[in-house]
Amino acid sequence: MAISGLVLILFLLAHMYGNLKVFEGQDAFDSYSHHLRELGEPILPYGGALWIIRVVLLAAIVVHAVSAIILWRRARRATGGKGGARYASSKAPRGAQRSYASFTLRWGGVTIALFVIYHLLHLTTNTIAPGGASDSPYERVVNGFSIWWVVLSYTIALIALAFHLRHGIWAAMATLGANTSPKRRKNLNIVAVVVAAVIVVGFLIPPYAVLLGLVG
Amino acid sequence: MSSVSDTQYFTVGEPIADTKAPDVPINLMWDERRFEAKLVNPTNRRKRSVIIVGTGLAGGSAAATLGEAGYHVKNFCYQDSPRRAHSIAAQGGINAAKNYRNDGDSVHRLFYDTVKGGDYRSRESNVYRLSQVSVEIIDQCVAQGVPFAREYGGLLDNRSFGGVQVSRTFYARGQTGQQLLLGAYQALERQIGAGNVEMYTRHEMLDVVLVEGRARGIVVRDMVSGEIETHMADVVVLGTGGYGNVFFLSTNAMGCNVTATWRAHRKGAYFGNPCYTQIHPTCIPVSGDYQSKLTLMSESLRNDGRIWVPVQAGDDRDPRQIPEAERDYYLERRYPAFGNLVPRDVASRAAKQACDEGRGVGPGGRGVFLDFADAIARLGRKAVEAKYGNLFEMYAQITGEDPYVTPMRIYPAVHYTMGGLWVDYDLESTIPGLFVIGEANFSDHGANRLGASALMQGLSDGYFVLPSTIANYLADAPFEAADSTHPAAVEATDAVRERVQRLLSINGTRTVDSFHKELGHIMWEYCGMERSAEGLTKAIGLIRALREEFWTNVRVTGANEELNQTLERAGRVADFFELGELMCIDALHREESCGGHFRAEHQTPDGEALRDDDNFAYVAAWEFGGDGGGPVLHKEDLVYEAIEMKQRSYK
Amino acid sequence: MNITLRVWRQRNSDDAGGMQTYQVTDVSPDMSFLEMLDVLNENLTIAGEDPIAFDSDCREGICGMCGLVINGLAHGPKERVTTCQLHMRSFSDGDVIDVEPWRAEPFTVIKDLIVDRGAFDRIIQAGGFITAPTGTAPDAHAVPVPKADADAAFDAATCIGCGACVAACPNGSASLFVAAKVTHLGLLPQGQPERHSRALDMVAQADLEGFGGCTQIGECTAACPKGIQIDLISRLNRDVLGALTHRA
Repeated sequence: MAISGLVLILFLLAHMYGNLKVFEGQDAFDSYSHHLRELGEPILPYGGALWIIRVVLLAAIVVHAVSAIILWRRARRATGGKGGARYASSKAPRGAQRSYASFTLRWGGVTIALFVIYHLLHLTTNTIAPGGASDSPYERVVNGFSIWWVVLSYTIALIALAFHLRHGIWAAMATLGANTSPKRRKNLNIVAVVVAAVIVVGFLIPPYAVLLGLVG
Repeated sequence: MSSVSDTQYFTVGEPIADTKAPDVPINLMWDERRFEAKLVNPTNRRKRSVIIVGTGLAGGSAAATLGEAGYHVKNFCYQDSPRRAHSIAAQGGINAAKNYRNDGDSVHRLFYDTVKGGDYRSRESNVYRLSQVSVEIIDQCVAQGVPFAREYGGLLDNRSFGGVQVSRTFYARGQTGQQLLLGAYQALERQIGAGNVEMYTRHEMLDVVLVEGRARGIVVRDMVSGEIETHMADVVVLGTGGYGNVFFLSTNAMGCNVTATWRAHRKGAYFGNPCYTQIHPTCIPVSGDYQSKLTLMSESLRNDGRIWVPVQAGDDRDPRQIPEAERDYYLERRYPAFGNLVPRDVASRAAKQACDEGRGVGPGGRGVFLDFADAIARLGRKAVEAKYGNLFEMYAQITGEDPYVTPMRIYPAVHYTMGGLWVDYDLESTIPGLFVIGEANFSDHGANRLGASALMQGLSDGYFVLPSTIANYLADAPFEAADSTHPAAVEATDAVRERVQRLLSINGTRTVDSFHKELGHIMWEYCGMERSAEGLTKAIGLIRALREEFWTNVRVTGANEELNQTLERAGRVADFFELGELMCIDALHREESCGGHFRAEHQTPDGEALRDDDNFAYVAAWEFGGDGGGPVLHKEDLVYEAIEMKQRSYK
Repeated sequence: MNITLRVWRQRNSDDAGGMQTYQVTDVSPDMSFLEMLDVLNENLTIAGEDPIAFDSDCREGICGMCGLVINGLAHGPKERVTTCQLHMRSFSDGDVIDVEPWRAEPFTVIKDLIVDRGAFDRIIQAGGFITAPTGTAPDAHAVPVPKADADAAFDAATCIGCGACVAACPNGSASLFVAAKVTHLGLLPQGQPERHSRALDMVAQADLEGFGGCTQIGECTAACPKGIQIDLISRLNRDVLGALTHRA
């Protein structure tokens, strides 16, 4: 769970970095996109690195999802299927201290999975092409994000991602043994909030820039 | 000599003596006994079965050790897990004659301090062995991973405890009992996991089964299903703790009871010195009728706190408004040399006297102030916090008052019972095959127990003494074949069922707890810190009348065939009545003051305990005289060869 | 104070059970929560009703026997206390208080508020010990233990095995309980030889008992009356990882 999650976070950071190239204009963005396919040449064939990354990511997603389902089933078995809501009392809906983010992990994860499919159909395969299809990745981005509801759908997904990362990053590091003291617990939580915020803000900048006419 | 007036309550039987301690110098006795004791061949051990009741320091450590040795062990406790036994609540520490401080400690000095602390009413041979074995206990516990306090060099820390002059107390913050018990519990669980010990939790022992005069089994009630079960074995061990709950309010756990030992007493085991109880001076006072138990705070508070009450009876002003001149620092006044640090029994009695004069403070007037205002002014709040912070926090938690601002209120409470089933050097009772260990026996503490010695005795008995002596007994096995269909077993089981049904069928108007509270009140009033012939005689009458009312008017709801906490308590309280009466008879017959037993008629002009060594240097071992008949007193003379008897003084 | 209680009543493990309402009058703020229940039980007994069954023994916060979920929180609203150390001054006149047993599949309800925590004993049996047969120990000073390690081991060893961590955990996980014992013994030199097997065996047993997995939510630590910290679970995971990588 933790390791696959961290792999996916590394991908997100790289992906976000790439997205920001949209500000350097169409040529830079399209050639960045093209370079991804040439990465590792001539040792690797054209598109080889990208496929390796895709396989690793897919494996990470599968591991992440399978682990989540195992954990989920164990929790359901241990709590009679009711989790934190297994008490008749409704006086402590958020327990003693738990964060809102910790509630969203499972359904938030499902939301993100659905979004990823939508996202791939939109910007990778261009099967869905609001605002018009194009061979230029730059144009796909600009065409799509000029429409307000596309930006809104991405925003909702990214908020889900934010909560997912807020708890997930902390939990992953703690699970891997990084939580060595109460002080460290606090710091790891700060790291989780900061990384989650950076990723989400970083991802939201390009669509809003397009929507507000700063790009394109 | 016993006065004529009390013989209406009991008769005097033949003297009794320990026959097992070898006739060699005291320092060689234990070696000699172990050498002459018979052994059980390792291959035969699996065929020998042992029942152990109780999972505290004594019972738990014995079960773990005997299981490891290869015996077939069945272990019983009334709690939901062996880890809950009340040894877990012991705070202070455990003594051992390690002499790690090089401050002149030795086995002999620990032996001497223990006998002296017991006011010369304990048996030399047993106490000497306890001191010898103490050394091994610490090694054993460290090997198990007990996290004792350590110094920066990584070696074990020691402190001085209970007014002795050497630092021999090993401790784990204020939770030594917990850590030692968890050590024994973990060792026990390992044996359970290995299949050497069968564990029966939520099972309460209700009787012992005797076959041809030997203890061969027990009758227990499964507290979940209500089933009355019979378990048979070659030998039975009781490690069932003390009986302080006869007072209703004590520092004991809610479930602590005398039933196991009392039922064994009724079947022939003599009860030694039942009147010896230890009362601890620094407990948090009672706050109302609903109070269910008392909480002890470390005696160390008396190092810096000053004890006082208002000069005027009935002065209920805020203590901070009472001027110095109107306060009576009675311990400092009466005992200028020791002041607030007089021994537990002296401090306790003085508090009771102040309250009896109407000068007590707090709800019900049963409390005295323990004031840290001077200490805070002198040392600063920080220093006081560093020393006593956790105790202050505990006090604030329970009372809702801030002891940094207003003085604490304290009052004595029953804490430990030195009396218990009489045992010989092998820890075997007067019933062959019934061994008694830990607080449940009477053996090591005389009339008063030294601080940090209860843990030592429990583990000494369980880890080291019993495993050696029980082998000697088991070497004579196999005994007559006897399973749960044996007539004696059936009879005992039927009697238990009958008693349970009787309790359930009374259907009166008073609750079990109301009887228990009233009994406790009688015991505390007349058989507590200070006793008199008049009061004890009155108490015996009151207890008999209350017991009669109990058996006609108690209300026990529900049925046997379910988890029934009212029924559990009813059985325990029924036995406390009988024990309470015996305690009063014992206290009445002992026309002297010694250790925790203080008779108002027997004190020095300064109000100190006055022993009568000529007439009372003996253990009172009481034989059950049958329902309606008085108990029979058997005296075990205490002979002091290694130590000279002295009178103590704290002026 | 007058209090309304909504209490979980269940005759035995086969019974479905449900919440029942009781009024308790003249409650003193100095009463402990359990003493308040004692008073209610006295009244129920006089009225010929079955008193509410609940576990408690030492009533000074150390035996671990008591434990109620009060208003949805294990051991009630006050931090770092057991139910027996919770006093009625933590509540107000007129309050409606919900009282329920620990809930987790491995903790079967036996009656009313009493549950079976035998699973914890079995987890200890699986490895929560140091193998040191009686009489085999070297002198206590043979192996010095750094004070910091001894103190940290003690902190972990203060776990009272009450089960509040499981009751509070949204996943029904026993990780904090396991971690406390693994940490206590793993910090001491005497505990090293069995360190790897201990961690693996205890975790395996907890899984077998049907406890959930840890997702680092932190409710266990918040509910723990002894303040056992959640970083011990990280430590447990490091021991498990260490054991897995050393086992070949």
